[in-house]
Amino acid sequence: MIEPDVLERVLAAAVRSGGEFAEVYAEDRRSTSARLDDAKIEELSSGRDRGAGIRVISGDTTGYAHTADLSEAGLLAAAAAAGAVARSGGGGARVVGLTASPPHRVGGVEVPPDTVAKSAKVALLKRADEAARASGAGIVQVSAGYGDSRRRILVANTDGLLADDEQVRTFLRVLAVAAGDAGMQTGYEVVGHTVGFELFERYQVEDVARTAAQRALTKLAARPAPSGQMPVVIRHGTGGVLFHEACGHGLEADLVGKGASVYRGRTGEQVANPLVTLVDDGTMAAEWGALGIDDEGHPSQRNVLIRDGILTDYMWDFLRSRQEGRAPSGNGRRQSYQHLPMVRMTNTFVLDGPDDPDDIIASTDHGVYVAQLGGGQVNTATGDFVFGMTEAYLIEGGRITEPLREGNLIGNGPQVLLDIDALGNDFAMGGPGTCGKDGQGVPVGDGQPTLRVASLTVGGTAT
Amino acid sequence: MSSPELLDLAERVAARARDGEQVEAYVSRGRQFIVRAYEGGVESLTSAESAGIGVRVVRGGRQGFAHAGTLEPSAVDEVLADARDNLEFGEPDEWYALAEPDGVAPPDLELYDPALAAMAPERKVAAALELEQMVRSLDPRISGVRTAMWGDGRGEAAIATSTGIAVWSQGSSCYVMVQPLAAVDGETQIGFGVDVGRRPGDIDLDETARDAVARTVRLIGAKPVPSQRLTVVLDRRVAASFLSIVGGMLTGEVVLKKRSPFADRLGEQIASPLLSLVDDATNPLSVGADTHDGEGLATRANRLIDAGVLSAFLHDSYTARRSGTVSTASAVRGYSSTPSVGCLALAPSVGTLDQAGLIAQVGEGLLVQDVSGLHSGVNPVSGDFSVGADGMMIRDGALAEPVREVTIASTLQRMLLDIVAVGGDLEWLPGGDAGVSLVIGDVSLSGR
Repeated sequence: MIEPDVLERVLAAAVRSGGEFAEVYAEDRRSTSARLDDAKIEELSSGRDRGAGIRVISGDTTGYAHTADLSEAGLLAAAAAAGAVARSGGGGARVVGLTASPPHRVGGVEVPPDTVAKSAKVALLKRADEAARASGAGIVQVSAGYGDSRRRILVANTDGLLADDEQVRTFLRVLAVAAGDAGMQTGYEVVGHTVGFELFERYQVEDVARTAAQRALTKLAARPAPSGQMPVVIRHGTGGVLFHEACGHGLEADLVGKGASVYRGRTGEQVANPLVTLVDDGTMAAEWGALGIDDEGHPSQRNVLIRDGILTDYMWDFLRSRQEGRAPSGNGRRQSYQHLPMVRMTNTFVLDGPDDPDDIIASTDHGVYVAQLGGGQVNTATGDFVFGMTEAYLIEGGRITEPLREGNLIGNGPQVLLDIDALGNDFAMGGPGTCGKDGQGVPVGDGQPTLRVASLTVGGTAT
Repeated sequence: MSSPELLDLAERVAARARDGEQVEAYVSRGRQFIVRAYEGGVESLTSAESAGIGVRVVRGGRQGFAHAGTLEPSAVDEVLADARDNLEFGEPDEWYALAEPDGVAPPDLELYDPALAAMAPERKVAAALELEQMVRSLDPRISGVRTAMWGDGRGEAAIATSTGIAVWSQGSSCYVMVQPLAAVDGETQIGFGVDVGRRPGDIDLDETARDAVARTVRLIGAKPVPSQRLTVVLDRRVAASFLSIVGGMLTGEVVLKKRSPFADRLGEQIASPLLSLVDDATNPLSVGADTHDGEGLATRANRLIDAGVLSAFLHDSYTARRSGTVSTASAVRGYSSTPSVGCLALAPSVGTLDQAGLIAQVGEGLLVQDVSGLHSGVNPVSGDFSVGADGMMIRDGALAEPVREVTIASTLQRMLLDIVAVGGDLEWLPGGDAGVSLVIGDVSLSGR
């Protein structure tokens, strides 16, 4: 994307007015997306976004400027803008010498999406539409989307770091609408991995579509969700978002450092039931949050955050780890070259426990079984978090019975981690997610075995 | 690149339409400046410039699209070629076509403030620092500030089509945002304050700081309350969030695609007679105001709900053509996507009582100050909603103890009919929509 000697000159220019550290982050992203709606392919779209962001750190202040102009002149202009934060400092000429880091790649792409005919991509959507509509007469509408992206990144900084990565992601989603006497209901399913077009060797499009359709049809007969506190069992591979919200964000060092996390100052303490070991792992090949290097050039790694219920560590970016004099953890990420990096999760999951998942349900007298979770949101200061249930059932007498309409669940993170009283031995990763923080979205993965929270507030309307 | 050049580029691309082909070019460019203050210093300064082009081609009833995040000539050529190629893979639809000039004159709006463009960065830095300092000094329980920031941006967009559209517009806006932290006895609460405007003089740092601090400290000691059905007063920002979801359920797109519970209800009472809802991008008070929509048609006022009666749906040129009506100039887009139908500047009818007056009138209930999980807890197809809520109990017509970790749930269809009062406290918000406090009867609260 940019020659090393150009990077060296740009970095030197960025610190000329006195900055202590400068970084160039360049990105070249190509994407293809296709959309089916109302039984026809509406559109195939392609895009290219390319640019660089330059960061200069001077004392406690960060200057940032980005440009879509990757010429040396364009980069030098951005370097001057970012370096202006240090204008008061004593400048001077500094020579920057870059050393290329050994490549750190996770996984690999078997079928690069740009080698696949566009017609093959839209054909997937037609198959999804037909399969969803064939699932039942109640299906009145189907929309489906396909997307692939190839993101090449390059990071260089005044510490001499020079690293690059290529991240390829592919996904397919289906939304089905069913209509019945009591109105309309929706069913959703998505598959996505950090892989190429071989995604569709792993998943049959028809299965994805039928799953979405069946969810919508099932909810036609659903009754309103209950209201109040009760045990909640969450199916494996669907509930990682619970940990993402209940504690993941609260373990991000930037929030901890600002006193905006309930987990501040609690390393070494028991913060969860001893059954719980929580890991954030960017090296988990093929998962949605996988990356070779983070967006600050550091290799992704496996970080144990909670071991046997004890809080072991937070997640770190360059800025925070530099302040603390420790190594970064590979969690410095950004949405694009137009954004400053910050601490973000990658693939966050809870390891297997001892319990048979069937026993977990059988030992629950009255509660809710959540088979698919929607998104969530957390207030890291209080630890209160919500997450949506998009497929759920009542548990009565140890058996899964009637389907429930949608709703949010609400809990308090620190309390919920302690209230996990059963953890299955059936670990599975969940589907692709997009995590939002301060206006930036990044791809993340999550996973967990079947588990039970002894008490959560179900936000339904039935008393 | 100055303004005529941006329109010139769009027109040059549109002029490359071949026989039997329609070509549309949407070209935009913007500058942004953001400063974040932290503990009396500047945490970060971001200055940025971005530009891009999106090209749509329609031929033989098919549509193709491509975009690039740059205006380099080679990229522009590539985008046009890609859009033509992509078109081959879409399926034909007799209603696909670009917008055509419809004779509606654009509103005369001054949306660009040269004073904002000329504002020295030092003054922006000072504003962010001052906001943080004000928040810290207003109450001893304030333990810190997660974020205090000033942001501003200016942007311009040109749209040209081979069907005769050629428009250009520009605008600017600025905002401040702050998240105070309050800590007492090991408990921490975080709050939120924001103000937005087109001119530096529109920003009221003092009021933003006071409001954010008041919202934060009053939640100290908040606890769940027992599950119950009760009357809620939705703070105007919360009300605006719900109404913007309702606005999204009133577009020609979701109606045609059978994804709106209001699809067959035109002319019927769908809300309390107290509620009217107007999407009017010609109103300069909204930061969503614009002279043209995303297809280059002049914006206009669209009344969606009139005294509770569903009076119209929003349309872009495609949904209008397919529905046998005319576009309401409601195409929403950036350079990286084709237009979709949406609200630009949605505002509800305004009542007479302020929030305190509504609270006094309600007597017993809950003031909902914040909601969480809107994206996971509101289904715009079924209308079911269930969201996390923070706020204050209302007892004897006044605010009582603070509440957290509860949910409120109903359906949007019921909520609109259950509006029992509309506040007079209209506020225009950063997204371009406006809110007023709304009183909703008979909502399910789930708690302890």
